[in-house]
Amino acid sequence: MVRVDGSGGSNSLIQVRGLDKTYRRGGGEIRVLQGLNLDVDKGDFVAFMGPSGSGKTTLLNLLGGLDVPTRGTITVAGDEITHMSGHKLTEWRARHVGFVFQMYNLIPVLTAFQNVELPLLLTKLSKAQRRKHVETVLHVVGLADRMNHYPRQLSGGQEQRVAIGRAIVADPTFLLCDEPTGDLDRQSADEIMGLIEQLVKEYGKTVLMVTHDPVVARRAGRTLHLEKGLLAESAEPQGVAAGGRHEI
Amino acid sequence: MKFSGLIFANLFRKKIRLLLTIGSFAVALFLFAFLAVVNDVFSRGADIASADRLFVINRTSIINPIPLADRDKMLRIPGVKMVTHDNWFGGIYQDEKNFFPQFVIDPENQRQVFPELMVSDEEWKNFLKDRQGAIVGARTAERFGWKIGDRIPLKTTIWGSGNWEFNIEGLYHGKRPQDDETQFWFQWDYFQEHVPDAQKGQVGWYIVRVDSPDDAVRVAKSIDAEFANSPYETKTETESAFAASWVKQFGNIRFLIVTIGTVVFFTLLLVTGNTMAISVRERTPELAVLKALGFSDRTVLFFVLAESLVIALVGGLLGLLLAVLAMPVLTRALSGLLPQLVLAPSVFAFGFATALAVGLASGFWPGLGAMRLQIVNGLRRV
Ligand SMILES: Nc1ncnc2c1ncn2[C@@H]1O[C@H](COP(=O)(O)OP(=O)(O)OP(=O)(O)O)[C@@H](O)[C@H]1O
Ligand SMILES: [Mg+2]
Repeated sequence: MVRVDGSGGSNSLIQVRGLDKTYRRGGGEIRVLQGLNLDVDKGDFVAFMGPSGSGKTTLLNLLGGLDVPTRGTITVAGDEITHMSGHKLTEWRARHVGFVFQMYNLIPVLTAFQNVELPLLLTKLSKAQRRKHVETVLHVVGLADRMNHYPRQLSGGQEQRVAIGRAIVADPTFLLCDEPTGDLDRQSADEIMGLIEQLVKEYGKTVLMVTHDPVVARRAGRTLHLEKGLLAESAEPQGVAAGGRHEI
Repeated sequence: MKFSGLIFANLFRKKIRLLLTIGSFAVALFLFAFLAVVNDVFSRGADIASADRLFVINRTSIINPIPLADRDKMLRIPGVKMVTHDNWFGGIYQDEKNFFPQFVIDPENQRQVFPELMVSDEEWKNFLKDRQGAIVGARTAERFGWKIGDRIPLKTTIWGSGNWEFNIEGLYHGKRPQDDETQFWFQWDYFQEHVPDAQKGQVGWYIVRVDSPDDAVRVAKSIDAEFANSPYETKTETESAFAASWVKQFGNIRFLIVTIGTVVFFTLLLVTGNTMAISVRERTPELAVLKALGFSDRTVLFFVLAESLVIALVGGLLGLLLAVLAMPVLTRALSGLLPQLVLAPSVFAFGFATALAVGLASGFWPGLGAMRLQIVNGLRRV
């Protein structure tokens, strides 16, 4: 169950309470998040929408432990991450979070295989074990035959598949995707969403995704709207066929 | 090391830049080695000086003579074991640019006072028998293609005028590679027969061998005291002090070389530091991604340092090895003007260590920047 009113039980996977994020810039203050609450259960697939600058990326960064909130708490699987030291937070990220970014963000000098292998370098797995994991994952994302290609030799959609492979290879607790289809054409976007759906349905992954695209958002189990620093259960965004939600 | 793949992939990111940076190290280290060798040549006298030898010169200057008669007084001073003497001949072989040092020696004591300059007994015997005999350092003989039996004319402008004729009776070799093998020796008696009367009975300087090196300073003082207030006052120094003051005549070469060397390394630091800074800055988003994936700040710093260290290691070794290979070529190019050039292991080690230090320093600031990079800021730069 996804909730935004702070009423979730303590057994939800992700529990956000009273989250504030204020940026200080040149004397002025921008309050981006203002007492935001969120509960996400294991296996949920949530889409965040909202106008540009509303704080979607900020929210994902906080959930992923890339940044620290001004106030409030984030608890993931019982661990409160908002008060972890930088070092512990780094370890926590490696174990629990998979990131997928809009611009794929692959390391250009590494092959698809090496890019996917990166998170495993931080584990105790042997070289042979790492190879097995990477090959399995590349198979799942449909790039088994592109293992030794460099990012520049891949299409945008393929690059994003590699990035998704990298995000899931260490079997994280949840995935954070910031506009994963933002740079792709419609068909590639559909394929990527198919892949993410498959991760949720077949592999029981928990996914939190930011998108501008209502078509993409509709593939998620729930769409939440971020505005004025708070999340709201989304009435269907304006202009999108009202029937969309009922398909899920 | 499981991170080596990532480190090497980053190194080869821009191949031209990698080559140029390695090249900077190689050139700097080559230059360093060359300077160090030149410095070594000039200060070698002091380094290889024997601790039990004293040089006695005229207090006024080394070009003023001392009478031969003073030798017996020196021999009577306690602690003095042996005395020999030299004169500077300064003759010209065919052309002035064919310079090599020529000494009038005292055959009786030469080999005992300078045991490191070795002549076979056979050749030495022939040398003693021949009044016009000469012993030549192996390098000078090689330089002019002289063989035993050759007749060598030297033109003098100091001791009268005209050509003096010599027969090469033997070659001497240094015990150590640094020993000077360029000298030309001939006999005191032959010299005495031919110098103008006014210059007879006068030696250029004495070399004294003492019983014990610990006693050298005391013996030196006694010698100078012995001749104080005489017409020929002396200045006695240990061989190393003598060699050092000899080098000073060429100006402060050491200072010059140290200054140039420092500038070379400092420039290298600026160049490679700048290169590393650019190379790290242009991959800021990637560094942010690595950190997001769970690579720690320290690991990221380590990546940058490892990269600059590998560059320094490869470039430094390359430059030094080239220098080692170039030494014989340089020695030949200077055609015997300087003694054999040798790149000492200590110089090699110092150069290598300095290269690594420069590598570490040049990677340090960019590495620190990478370490301190905030992930969210790094990602926003995409
Ligand atoms: N490091 C920062 N310093 C100052 N202000 C920031 C910083 N990061 C974000 N902001 C501001 O916070 C607000 C929210 O930014 P954020 O990137 O979260 O928006 P977003 O919803 O992801 O927008 P978009 O849809 O354009 O990606 C913006 O006004 C932005 O300018
Ligand atoms: Mg954003």
